[in-house]
Amino acid sequence: MNNKLSPAARREENWGWIMVAPTILGLVILNLWPFVQTIYTAFCEHLGFGHYQFVGLANFTRMFQNAEFWKATWNTILFCILTVPMGLFLSLLVAMLLNAKIKFKGGFRTIFFLPLVCAPAAVTMVWRFIFNGEYGILNQIFGTHIGWITDPKFVMVSCAIVAIWSNIGYDAVLLLAGLQNIPKTLYEANSIDGAGKVKQFFTITLPMVSPTLFVVMIMRLMSAVKVYDLIYMMVEDTNPAVTSVQSLMYLFYRSSFVAGERGYGSAIVIWTVLLIGLVTVIQFYGQKKWVNYDV
Amino acid sequence: MKNSSLEASQKRMTILTYVVLIAAALIMVFPFIWMILTSFKTVAESNATPPVIFPSAFRWENFKEAITSLPFIKLYINTALMILFRVICAVAFSSMAGYAFAMLNFRGKKLLFGIVLVQMSLPSQIFIIPQYQMVAKMGMANTIFALVFPGIVSAFGVFFLRQTYMGIPKEIGEAAYLDGCNQWQTFYKVMFPLTGTSVAALTIFTAVFAYSDLMWPLVVNSDLNMMTLSSGLATLRGQFSTNFPVLMAGSLLAMLPMVILYLIFQRQFIEGIASTGGK
Repeated sequence: MNNKLSPAARREENWGWIMVAPTILGLVILNLWPFVQTIYTAFCEHLGFGHYQFVGLANFTRMFQNAEFWKATWNTILFCILTVPMGLFLSLLVAMLLNAKIKFKGGFRTIFFLPLVCAPAAVTMVWRFIFNGEYGILNQIFGTHIGWITDPKFVMVSCAIVAIWSNIGYDAVLLLAGLQNIPKTLYEANSIDGAGKVKQFFTITLPMVSPTLFVVMIMRLMSAVKVYDLIYMMVEDTNPAVTSVQSLMYLFYRSSFVAGERGYGSAIVIWTVLLIGLVTVIQFYGQKKWVNYDV
Repeated sequence: MKNSSLEASQKRMTILTYVVLIAAALIMVFPFIWMILTSFKTVAESNATPPVIFPSAFRWENFKEAITSLPFIKLYINTALMILFRVICAVAFSSMAGYAFAMLNFRGKKLLFGIVLVQMSLPSQIFIIPQYQMVAKMGMANTIFALVFPGIVSAFGVFFLRQTYMGIPKEIGEAAYLDGCNQWQTFYKVMFPLTGTSVAALTIFTAVFAYSDLMWPLVVNSDLNMMTLSSGLATLRGQFSTNFPVLMAGSLLAMLPMVILYLIFQRQFIEGIASTGGK
C-alpha cells in the first residue's frame, strides 16, 4: 500500500504523523486512557493507595438510593433554569444597547467583560461579603435580615446572581457579533413600513440573531451542568446550607477528594456526562426546530 | 411635523439607552469598587451599621496581613510558571497538529482527529481522578509539573488552529514547497507566522482558563507554597472567615496582574476570548 504512494506523498504522510504525534500521544495518556479508567473505576470500590476492587453496580445503586445525590442533580438542573434564560435575556439586552449608536462603546464593553478575567475564587470573595447576613451591604440597603448564603431558601438564588453577573459580558460580546451581522438594509426596508421597535425586534432582530443565541445557550447549559468553582467558593462545605446548593460536580469533588471514595465519585461524573449528553441531544434537535438559518 | 416627532422619539431612545447602560455598568463595577474600598477598612469599619462607605485611612496593613498569611510571591510565581508552560505547550503542539490536520494528507487522519473531538466534548472532571493518580504515582504531587500536567496538550487548541490553517490558501504552502522548503520549513517559516491573531487568542484563552481553574490545583497541590492564586485564595477564605478587609486585600492581590494585562490588551482579550467562543 505504501509503495503506491509517490516519494513526495510518503514524505508528506510522515510529516503528518510526526506533527500530530505529540498531541495524540498526550491525548491518549492524559484523556483517552483516564476516560476508560474512570468508567472502570465507577464499578469499583477504592481501597486506598490507588487499589481497587470490582463491585459491579454497587456505586450506582447506592447513588440512585442516595437523597443527597438526587438533591445535587436537582440543584444542578435548578442552577441551569435560574441562570441560563435570565442570563441570555440580560446579555441580549446589553448586546442590543451596545449595538445602538452610542459613545464609549469600548468602555462599556471593557466593564461588562471584566469579570471574565478575574478568577472566580477572587470575585466570589467580595460577593460573599455583599451577601453576608450580618454585615453585608445588600441587607443594609434593603433593611432586610436575610442570610443570603446561609439560608437554604436563598443560597441558590444568590449563587445564580453571581453566575449571571460573571458571564453577562462574555455572552453579550458574542451576541453583539451576531447582531452586527444582521444586514442594515433589513431594518431600513422595515422602517419605511413604519413598524414599531417592538415588532421590529420580533420580526427581524430575534430571528436573525437566533443562531448565535442558540450557540450561546448551549454553551451556557454545558457549563452550568458542570458548575463547581463558583458554588464551592460561595458556600464552603461546612456551611449548613451546602446541601441546598451543592451541584453534581461539587458532590463529585467532595466524594472523590474529601471522602476519598473515588469509585462513587466516578459514578457521579459519569451521570453528569449523561446529563451533558442530554444537552447535546437538545442541541441536535433544537437546531432544526428553533434556529432560523434560511433568512 | 412627523419628522420632528420622530427625531424627538429617537432622542428619547438614545437617552434611555445611556441610562440603562450606565446603570448596568454601575452594577457590574460595584463589587470591584466595594472590594477596593473594603480592602482599606478596619474590621470595625467593614462591619459597621449603617455601612461606612469610605475607609477613614488607607490601611495597607490589610495587604501586609494577607501577604504574611499566604506566600503571595510564591503563588504569583507558581501561577505564572503554570500559565507559561501551558501556553508554550498548547501553542507549539496545537500549531503542529492543527497544521497537519488542515494541510497534510496522511492515513488515519480522520480517526486521529476523532480523538481530538471526543476529548473536546467530555468535561475535564471525567479525567481528573486518573490524572491525579498518575501524578501521585510519579511522585510529582506538589510540583509545578503537576499544575501543568493536564494542560500539556490542548484538544481545543488543535481544533481552533486547524480552523485557522484551513482558512489559509493551500497555494501559499505549495509555493514554499516548490521553493525547496520541506514540510517542516513550510510550516515553521511560512505558515505559522500567518496565524498570529489566532495564536494570540489561544494564548489569552489558555492563560485565563488556567488562572481561573480551581479544582485541579486544589486536588493536586496541597502544599501552601505550591498553590496557585486561585487555590491559595480558597485557603485564605477558611483562615479569615469574617475578616473581610484582609480577604478583600488578598483577592485584589490575586486579581491585579490579570486585570492590568486585561486593561492594557483589552481588544486582544475580548476579541480573542470571543473568537474561541463556545468552549
